Amino acid sequence: MSVELKQYQAPVWNEPVILDMGYPGRRGVLFAPVEPEIRQHVGDASDLIPSAMRRQDRPALPELSEPEVLYHYLRLSQQTLGMMGISLFGTCTMKYNPQINEAMAWRPEITELHPLQHEDTMQGALEIVHKMDLMLRELSGMDQFVFQAGGGSEAAFTNCAVTRAYHASKGELEQRDEVIVTIQTHPCNPATAAAAGFKVITLMLDENGYPSLDALKAVVSNRTAAIMVNNPDDMGVYNPEMKEWVRIVHEAGGLAFYDAANFNGTMSKLRAREIGFDACMFMLHKTFGAPKSGVGGPATGAYGCSAELAPFLPSPLVVRDGDRYRLDADRPQSVGKIREFLGNVQVVLKAYAWTRSMGAEGIAQASDISVLSNNYMEKGLLAIRGVTRSHPEATTPRMEMTRYSFQKMKEETGVDIHDVQNRMSDFGIDPLWASHEPWLLPEPFTPEAGEMYGKEALDQWIAVIARISDEAYSDPELVKTSPHNQAVHRLKPGMIDDPSSRAMTWRAFKRKMVTNG
Amino acid sequence: MRDVSAHPYMANSVPAIQQEMLDSIGVATVEELFVQIPEDHRLSRPLDLPPALSERELRRHLIETLSKNSTTEDNLSFLGAGIWQHHVPAAVDEIVRRNEWLTSIYGEPSSDHGLYQAWFEFCSQLGELLNLDLVGMPVRSWGTAAGHALRMAARLTGRNEVAVVRAIDPERLSIIRNYCEPPEMANHIAIRLVDYDPATGLIDLEALRAAVGQQTAAVYFEVPSYLGVIDHQAAEIAAIARAAGAETIVGVDPISLGVLSAPSAYGADIAVGTIQPLGVHLHAGGGVGGFIATRDEPRYAGEYPTLFISIAETIKPGEYGFGRALLEQSSYDQREKGKDWIGHSVYMWSVAATAYMAMMGPQGFVEIGEIILQRAHFAASRLGGLKGVRITFPSGFFKEFVVNFDDTGKSVSEINDALRAEGIFGGHDLSSDFAELGQSALYCVTEVHTHSDIERLVGALQKVIAR
Repeated sequence: MSVELKQYQAPVWNEPVILDMGYPGRRGVLFAPVEPEIRQHVGDASDLIPSAMRRQDRPALPELSEPEVLYHYLRLSQQTLGMMGISLFGTCTMKYNPQINEAMAWRPEITELHPLQHEDTMQGALEIVHKMDLMLRELSGMDQFVFQAGGGSEAAFTNCAVTRAYHASKGELEQRDEVIVTIQTHPCNPATAAAAGFKVITLMLDENGYPSLDALKAVVSNRTAAIMVNNPDDMGVYNPEMKEWVRIVHEAGGLAFYDAANFNGTMSKLRAREIGFDACMFMLHKTFGAPKSGVGGPATGAYGCSAELAPFLPSPLVVRDGDRYRLDADRPQSVGKIREFLGNVQVVLKAYAWTRSMGAEGIAQASDISVLSNNYMEKGLLAIRGVTRSHPEATTPRMEMTRYSFQKMKEETGVDIHDVQNRMSDFGIDPLWASHEPWLLPEPFTPEAGEMYGKEALDQWIAVIARISDEAYSDPELVKTSPHNQAVHRLKPGMIDDPSSRAMTWRAFKRKMVTNG
Repeated sequence: MRDVSAHPYMANSVPAIQQEMLDSIGVATVEELFVQIPEDHRLSRPLDLPPALSERELRRHLIETLSKNSTTEDNLSFLGAGIWQHHVPAAVDEIVRRNEWLTSIYGEPSSDHGLYQAWFEFCSQLGELLNLDLVGMPVRSWGTAAGHALRMAARLTGRNEVAVVRAIDPERLSIIRNYCEPPEMANHIAIRLVDYDPATGLIDLEALRAAVGQQTAAVYFEVPSYLGVIDHQAAEIAAIARAAGAETIVGVDPISLGVLSAPSAYGADIAVGTIQPLGVHLHAGGGVGGFIATRDEPRYAGEYPTLFISIAETIKPGEYGFGRALLEQSSYDQREKGKDWIGHSVYMWSVAATAYMAMMGPQGFVEIGEIILQRAHFAASRLGGLKGVRITFPSGFFKEFVVNFDDTGKSVSEINDALRAEGIFGGHDLSSDFAELGQSALYCVTEVHTHSDIERLVGALQKVIAR
């Protein structure tokens, strides 16, 4: 395969931090003065504030005109590769963010809707929420979804809150204080279980890439509150014994939660409820076409469950009454609120739009393409010097992603995964995703081809890795000092790890610069 | 592979490309790649979803559906209660909608330098408003920020009880309960609600003193409170907390900070609040976002549940870049031993907020604070002059105030129904959550409400009450 690499040079603007910009007296926003009738009636504003609570200083914000602010942030956006490169960010089932979805979500019928308006005035929004609920029920087999969670990890927390309420309703909460996960379960699952007060039991992987049934049986007991797992896991390995796992946990009185973060591998192929799971989670950002904005959303964790768990769901639920939609908040067993209001309705709208664009056929096709593309990439990547794969003895094709390692390359050249990440961005390609801790495989990387990128892009990505491997073996310093074509160079080691020099705000930076000379 | 035509979102949906890829890996069909899924796990039928729509059809369908909404632009709205109508400058919308950062990817500092700088600027500008040096990346809402802060305080003090002001948004309190309770759990944090003085809306200091002791990890109160009141006893509240060895956590509305004291000035250890007023639309409730800020001390830094962005020198002299700091204490590194959990939050709104703060500058924050104070007090005064209408706490509030309708003989619900027919969304009904306030509503007046808007409300209410 001969692929010509793209030449890339990031824009360099040498853009100051905004607090170091501006000129006293400049303005970016003007307000109409308060009407004379009001001023005459109420007097000076400062007299309306209790004297102890009046601000004595002026916040040291920059003073800038509107165009200065606009162009500053446009320059910063230019220094952001975003999706202009090829991002095969694993463990995310990322999607293209269709422009029509954004256009619709920014219409005033959504942006200017107050969540506490009377339900008669938000029938359109409620209809979309309800219809998305129905489509997710079909995709998962669950009986009810709620969109209050502001992301996947908050959906995991929702599951822990629902699990607590379910066991409390049976008078068993004090006894059932353990949640079982595997070492490949996303870290937010054990983290939210612990935050909710559960003890976390983590199962390690067997040689075949998933924990053994015996390992599970050894930890399941009448203390088991729930199991929280994904399947396939982040290595692209599917646990074929999952039905038996769920049966064992149920038999002990525990609940089973399915984290559908890796949905591309299974969408249209199976439904979590039919495997036996009581609850599941989808990320409407990423997996259903809504952006997560760099790393931050607003996102939505769609949490769905069986009819048995539905009474405990966060409140309110959107329900259909004939031709009307209404908010059902009269739910005495509900866990209440996980996050304010109905959740990120605009994200639900984007996910709804994506699902309607794809249809059942498109969703099945996306799953097929993502698995085909992953296996296509695997052939190319394993041909590269210094690249190996997790569980090499497991010969069945991986699903939507594969976990690789640069350990061999690191041992032979000294170039590590972070060097590779930095160097990738020199080619206009987003740095690869290593994996969540703990790194079961040293120097890991986990590309996920997905269905968005074309074969040419996948070939380009593979060619960049091949080129970096060549460089590592011929000129390792070139890789270790990268990036060279980016907006800025790599950070000096150690600065952000040292409390005396790290600075999370400009004011902390100025103080520490003075202190540190 | 199914025989369907190419889909616009999937470059590899062209059958010939798939054949090329299948040939490359030496398998006959895509189905062979799914052998890991056992037969008895399989769905035996195609999914039953509504038919796929073209972009044109989708647009029409969504516009038809959305047209069933009636917005705060079509109506005159006085709703607040946790999410508020403020003016969003057009430049803020242009900035936040840039495709470079509106993506489904996870950007690294090496490729997304500009986005990391924007995030750092968000934390930095918020730090100036709060007069605090350590600001984390935003969490999902004010409620989740408060919940996390209370958990931080419990870890910092090793105590498991918190005193929380009762004049709090019931939704926020419900979230806090989910973060702290239930008592059956080993790590539960008990919540003691501290009542407010029914005459003033201020915290009942005697009740606070009674609630706080050696067991108290934190005292949490808000400025302004959910009922709108600016509690001028703030320094005294913080002193009571400090004397008991508890952390003082204050929830604030940052749009008030041009005119109201920064929480650090009256003794807050941890400040939390919302970023929605700083340039984010309502989005049907999806516009919320929260923040957590403290002094820059390792004691606090080590307990944050958020990501941090730090500025640092690069290997090129004189150049600065940005990196993620303290990631090693998060659940991404520590799993169940992490400082709670991270994940996707509301960072897009932090881009809106940083652009908004930069456009406002110090003078903008002073002016908007003054305008809100004057218009809100004018509105309260005019409404309080109506027959049967009483302003429960008539002075010392910021943008929200409690309006009582007991003497009109009408319920808030009836009044709001009648106002809605006039194209007005009345205040949020408090009668079930704060039954002791009778038939009361929380009215919100901001810089968007003009003198004539307020007079229109007064006229409409007068008519409704007289019926």
